[in-house]
Amino acid sequence: MTEQNPILDMRGIHKRFTGVVALKDVKFRLFPGEVHALMGENGAGKSTLIKVLTGVHDINEGTVTMEGKQLAISSPLEAQEAGITTVYQEVNLCTNLSVAENIFIGREPRRFGRILWKEMNRRAEQLLAERLNVSIDVTLPLASYSVAVQQLVAIARALNISAKVLILDEPTSSLDANEVRELFTVMRKLKEQGLAILFVTHFLDQVYEISDRISILRGGEFVGEYLAAELPRIDLVLKMIGKDLHLLAELPKSGSKEESRNGEAFLQASSLGRKGAIEPYDLNIARGEIIGFAGLLGSGRTESARLLFGADRADAGELTVEGTGGKIDSPRQAIRQGIAFCSENRKTEGIIADLTVRENIVLALQASRGWFRTISRKRQDEIADEYIKALNINPKNPEQLIKNLSGGNQQKVLLARWLLMEPKLLILDEPTRGIDIGAKAEIQKLVLALSRKGMSVLFISSELEEVLRVSDRIAVLRDRHLVKMMTAEEMSHENVMKAIAGG
Amino acid sequence: MWNRISKHHLFWPLMVLAALLLFNLIYKPAFFSIRIQGGHLYGSLIDILNYGAPLILVAIGMTLVIATGGIDLSVGSIVAISGAVACLLVSKSADQNSLGIVLTAVAVSLGLAIVCGLWNGVLVAGVGMQAIIATLILMVAGRGIAQLVTSGQIITVSSNPYEYIGAGWLALLPFSIFIVAAVWLAAAWLTRRTALGLFIESVGSNATASRLAGIRSRSVIFAVYIFCGLCAGMAGLILSSNVSSADGNNAGLWYELDAILAVVIGGTSLNGGRFYLSGTVVGALIIQTLTTTIYMIGVPPEITLVVKAFVVFAVCLVQSEKFRNVLTSKWRKRRYQAEREVTHHV
Ligand SMILES: Nc1ncnc2c1ncn2[C@@H]1O[C@H](COP(=O)(O)OP(=O)(O)OP(=O)(O)O)[C@@H](O)[C@H]1O
Ligand SMILES: [Mg+2]
Repeated sequence: MTEQNPILDMRGIHKRFTGVVALKDVKFRLFPGEVHALMGENGAGKSTLIKVLTGVHDINEGTVTMEGKQLAISSPLEAQEAGITTVYQEVNLCTNLSVAENIFIGREPRRFGRILWKEMNRRAEQLLAERLNVSIDVTLPLASYSVAVQQLVAIARALNISAKVLILDEPTSSLDANEVRELFTVMRKLKEQGLAILFVTHFLDQVYEISDRISILRGGEFVGEYLAAELPRIDLVLKMIGKDLHLLAELPKSGSKEESRNGEAFLQASSLGRKGAIEPYDLNIARGEIIGFAGLLGSGRTESARLLFGADRADAGELTVEGTGGKIDSPRQAIRQGIAFCSENRKTEGIIADLTVRENIVLALQASRGWFRTISRKRQDEIADEYIKALNINPKNPEQLIKNLSGGNQQKVLLARWLLMEPKLLILDEPTRGIDIGAKAEIQKLVLALSRKGMSVLFISSELEEVLRVSDRIAVLRDRHLVKMMTAEEMSHENVMKAIAGG
Repeated sequence: MWNRISKHHLFWPLMVLAALLLFNLIYKPAFFSIRIQGGHLYGSLIDILNYGAPLILVAIGMTLVIATGGIDLSVGSIVAISGAVACLLVSKSADQNSLGIVLTAVAVSLGLAIVCGLWNGVLVAGVGMQAIIATLILMVAGRGIAQLVTSGQIITVSSNPYEYIGAGWLALLPFSIFIVAAVWLAAAWLTRRTALGLFIESVGSNATASRLAGIRSRSVIFAVYIFCGLCAGMAGLILSSNVSSADGNNAGLWYELDAILAVVIGGTSLNGGRFYLSGTVVGALIIQTLTTTIYMIGVPPEITLVVKAFVVFAVCLVQSEKFRNVLTSKWRKRRYQAEREVTHHV
């Protein structure tokens, strides 16, 4: 494999944004028939390198050669024509169009200029079924599916174009174990067909499972290119972070948490449900308790959390917060009762793209104070600095627009927004999605520390390990039912998997 | 340093305004001169401020609406309604010069303007209609209402207190300039000293995320449409007072378009989000200067609109960062290729 010529060769790449150097003399090679992992911390420049390659951003300096010919790509369309197809970190689809339309947008099968809808739907179904093993109704709008399904559709869309280079920027961050496996099967098949795949992820296991070669970026600089088989895990982490990783040391198991709780209930839901979203379920959350939600995609984890926050209105059941039978039918009311909800949908339900990091952090607090009780600018600056430091948000500039931050750093800003509210119940929907290993461990630690101080947490994650590590109890959901509530004694990888599978 | 200045959001609008003003010098060397006469300042610049006052008012209201991601097409009709109602009340009264009557008339028309804004707010925030459709209703219906009020004729008034609103002087300057300054300050205070500005930008940038952050987006949207209606109402009073008459058919015609243009020239995106009140004021002044210039240099009336459209088009191009980038990068690319050729030969 190594003797071949690279299909893609990037050299001396520089990319500057106003005030930030995102890439400094970076090189990157891609060989046909390989999976090449691009690794680095949040903000290391992975997405920027990809965007520079695909013409989303223009290059300041450097050359890109593909199949021996120098390329000057200045738009994503040109990149596609050159055979480079991409699934970006933030799924970029039209959620109000149907699944099939999204897959074929711009290339709809036509006859005499008319779009052949039946043909298009049939082909979309076939594509999804044969290459990704998903069978869904392709005529429904994309919005009616979860983020993960949307991600699969984005991949299907990329596959559909005749490609030589496939770029996947954190495709697995919202997939569960099974779907990751399915995706990897697809990737292997494509690899055998000679496709070169660039793959970005923060999961070390996945890197070693699928990739042949690893390139590492740190702070916008190229660290090195290695064969996966020859790079021990510890070295990889060391090279990414540039220092020893004490963070990866085992977290204290939540069981060791001192029993400060007196079992006092914070929130009780009884047969809370919503037609078409989640069957009525019961749930008690005690003060300081961490409840994990485990289940497959579309099993109703997010849907049930949204009912607790009033993001969707429950049409059955009752909700009691701190013993008072208050009704929660808007996020505002939930916030007033001390509940916070950090959505899994960073781009559409989280960040306010046009505003600065500072404004995004103070937004929820200011909203709870109303129009006139403003937070002084001085206080806002203090708050922003504090959280930028505490969560290690990069760049450390509170006046940067949030849309210019890397995906993982945006996630940290959203976390800051809700931590600032000092909620009594914090609902975290995939909080570590897109976050690098160091920060991930930090966030898990933070969650444990907060719960020790009496904050209840509802922790939703597709990463079972993570759920097992932080939770006191785990609720398993399947097919929009809450099927099992597991106590600390029952909790184990095997038991949860069994419950998820329906054994 | 230069980079900082040229990146400021007011840079291009101010440059365009300066260019337009300088252009006038060719035709009227005394364009910039201001003289004192009878304790008042006179001059072309003062005229531009004075005649531009209604447009600035409407554009300020429009800025906030656009920042929430909406649009208000009904402002022109609100201008007509407010002028018509005020003039009708004054002209029907026994003593047109009575201050009480004029104040009542002003209060009633501003009240009506607020009701108009409320109506738009209900349709957009309450019913959930798209802003462009919702306000189109009042744009059409409001014009009809204004024509009903004036019975399709021009109502004239002869009332000193009423005339004062649009044609009076306070100290050195026309009174209308003070109205504009007051509204501008009020809007700036409301949006920058309270959290309203943050909420408006947040709702305009991402409505779903704002709701989940606990912002009451509905009341924010209500507030901006009401404010916009109020601004249009004031503009209507100034316009009709200026000519001491109300014309239900033509008052405020096409005002919505000039106002939207002023907002966009001022740097606020039609997609909502960040807004710039000072930019809007400069934008409105650009449009007013353009109108004045076209009249002054004697462009034949049948092609004034074409000339105006052309200048506006040029202004928007200069404003667009993308366009400037395309210009500069074309130039850069060519140089780059030449360099490559040289190295190739070596
Ligand atoms: N449009 C932009 N304007 C200014 N700075 C930017 C812009 N886009 C990216 N950056 C900066 O460039 C750096 C690299 O960002 P990039 O998105 O490439 O990181 P990443 O490696 O993909 O991180 P993550 O793992 O969090 O996705 C970051 O510091 C980011 O803030
Ligand atoms: Mg990224």
